[in-house]
Amino acid sequence: MATLELRNVNKTYGVGLPDTLKNIELSIKDGEFLILVGPSGCGKSTLMNCIAGLETITGGAIMIGDQDVSGMSPKDRDIAMVFQSYALYPTMSVRENIEFGLKIRKMPQSAIDEEVARVAKLLQIEHLLNRKPGQLSGGQQQRVAMGRALARRPKIYLFDEPLSNLDAKLRVEMRTEMKLMHQRLKTTTVYVTHDQIEAMTLGDKVAVMKDGIIQQFGTPKEIYTNPANLFVASFIGSPPMNFIPLRLQRKDGRLVALLDSGQARCELPLGMQDAGLEDREVILGMRPEQIVLAGSEPNGLPTIRAEVQVTEPTGPDTLVFVSLNDTKVCCRLAPDVAPQAGETMTLQCDPQKVLLFDAQTGERLGMAGQTQAEGRAPNVAQFKGR
Amino acid sequence: MTSLATKPGISLSRIAIYTVLILAVLLYLVPLVVMLLTSFKTPEDISTGNLLSWPTVVSGIGWVKAWATVNGYFWNSIKITVPAVLISTAIGALNGYVLSMWRFRGSQLFFGLLLFGCFLPFQTVLLPASFTLGKMGLASTTTGLVFVHVVYGLAFTTLFFRNYYVSIPDALVKAARLDGAGFFTIFRMIILPMSTPIIMVCLIWQFTQIWNDFLFGVVFSSGDSQPITVALNNLVNTSTGAKEYNVDMAAAMIAGLPTLLVYVVAGKYFVRGLTAGAVKG
Repeated sequence: MATLELRNVNKTYGVGLPDTLKNIELSIKDGEFLILVGPSGCGKSTLMNCIAGLETITGGAIMIGDQDVSGMSPKDRDIAMVFQSYALYPTMSVRENIEFGLKIRKMPQSAIDEEVARVAKLLQIEHLLNRKPGQLSGGQQQRVAMGRALARRPKIYLFDEPLSNLDAKLRVEMRTEMKLMHQRLKTTTVYVTHDQIEAMTLGDKVAVMKDGIIQQFGTPKEIYTNPANLFVASFIGSPPMNFIPLRLQRKDGRLVALLDSGQARCELPLGMQDAGLEDREVILGMRPEQIVLAGSEPNGLPTIRAEVQVTEPTGPDTLVFVSLNDTKVCCRLAPDVAPQAGETMTLQCDPQKVLLFDAQTGERLGMAGQTQAEGRAPNVAQFKGR
Repeated sequence: MTSLATKPGISLSRIAIYTVLILAVLLYLVPLVVMLLTSFKTPEDISTGNLLSWPTVVSGIGWVKAWATVNGYFWNSIKITVPAVLISTAIGALNGYVLSMWRFRGSQLFFGLLLFGCFLPFQTVLLPASFTLGKMGLASTTTGLVFVHVVYGLAFTTLFFRNYYVSIPDALVKAARLDGAGFFTIFRMIILPMSTPIIMVCLIWQFTQIWNDFLFGVVFSSGDSQPITVALNNLVNTSTGAKEYNVDMAAAMIAGLPTLLVYVVAGKYFVRGLTAGAVKG
């Protein structure tokens, strides 16, 4: 059990090569669950390998507890890791796999037996202890891999995409189980994934990475409601946030976004009134669930009339795609709404909740609709295109 | 084709196929049969009968005489082959382990140069090797031959193990390192137990190569330290006295038996090991 702090961590594979990790700065408290999320090649696995000590960092420091472990070898860092491929030793039985690390650390056999029994019970793999990894199903192998990590009782657990080799149903099951396990054990955990749902559901803290840079670091809620830039906004959320490029105007002293559905125009007065925004090219971001069907009674919110292009019923919701400013916009509506293609719908969107991004840099503009208390100043890094 | 197979009776094409196959088998077997038959004949029998005729008297005299002549050299060959095979396989395994899982700066170049050794003809290394052996005081000894075979075999054994080990996921080594295991512990407890097929391939390959070697044997040994291949040549090529073909054939059989035996015992591992890397996803 320990805190984890990364201080200005850098990693490059050679002079002239692009930095794999750039000025990584984050810290988590004892017992917290940190998610590193990002598309492939963003450096999240490299960062995890650096924390594990499997790769050396070229700048900065990694602190576990009060100790700088940057120069220490993996075995001295007191961490355990679960790999995407599980990396079970194929010639050893499940029991031997779990025992291996304990035996190397010269734990007395009686203590090892106790520990194996504890872990096996915890993960419900008691009946598998004498089997070889090759005789286990994917889900069972996954449990054994976790068992091997749990048995050591390390300061920090590292999980490298542990669920991505499982089929969809099992993945959801194991996700819940991992959360349950973490709630029970309360061990500091770092978890790498490219799955934004895992990031949202499992983490106490989430670091969204791209191009070796942390784009944003915060709680899942912060990242979802208050993304620092276009990339974070587009990466987190499913279906993803809608982005409508447009030019802001000022009407009657208020900033207005003009939405055009081809049949009707809608002036969306914005919550933010920062000067200098009129006539700026911006990208307007709305989450699909922020767009709702207008009621019969006027409620003061502006209405948008738009023609339905496609309807996708998913069961719990119906996804309706309409066209606004020549952009396909997804609306997440109630399942009983089933408009036909070509039908015109009247929609509403709370302008206070709409987000604005700079069209050039992708940076968030202002803090539309968010109180400053809710949106802790995000760790904004430079954003290069989408 | 299945419809053909289910037809009752024997089709013409099937007869043709089996005829050709049987002929081919016979053709391949003829030399072995001739050798076996001749080795059990008496010299008179050989000079009167033809190659494929059955011995009029089955006589073991050829085998007895052959063994008496070559048995010292047979043990020389064992003394050379066994340590050379074991040492070259062990070092090859370690080399392969390092080159695939503990890559260092320039390890690719190193491996490339080592591969080059596989393509070096024996003849090119004769003089430098003989010079080196002389300097080391190992000229004309079985130890010297062991040394030469180990060095020459390393290129092959390293190649075998390296190519086998690159198909083992890196994560295994990473996991073991996090578990606290060091370089040799990982090798001994994780990697070696997974290596049975490739160890078999390597042992068979090296055994056959070293046992059957003639050139190094004839160049780097003399008199009592010669391996059986050289002794066999000396026996067969003597120009004095009457030709005793039964002894020659028996001696040749003795020289060839160990490699045959190795194939019979471990052959299935050989095929399994050669294809092991290919089967893995």
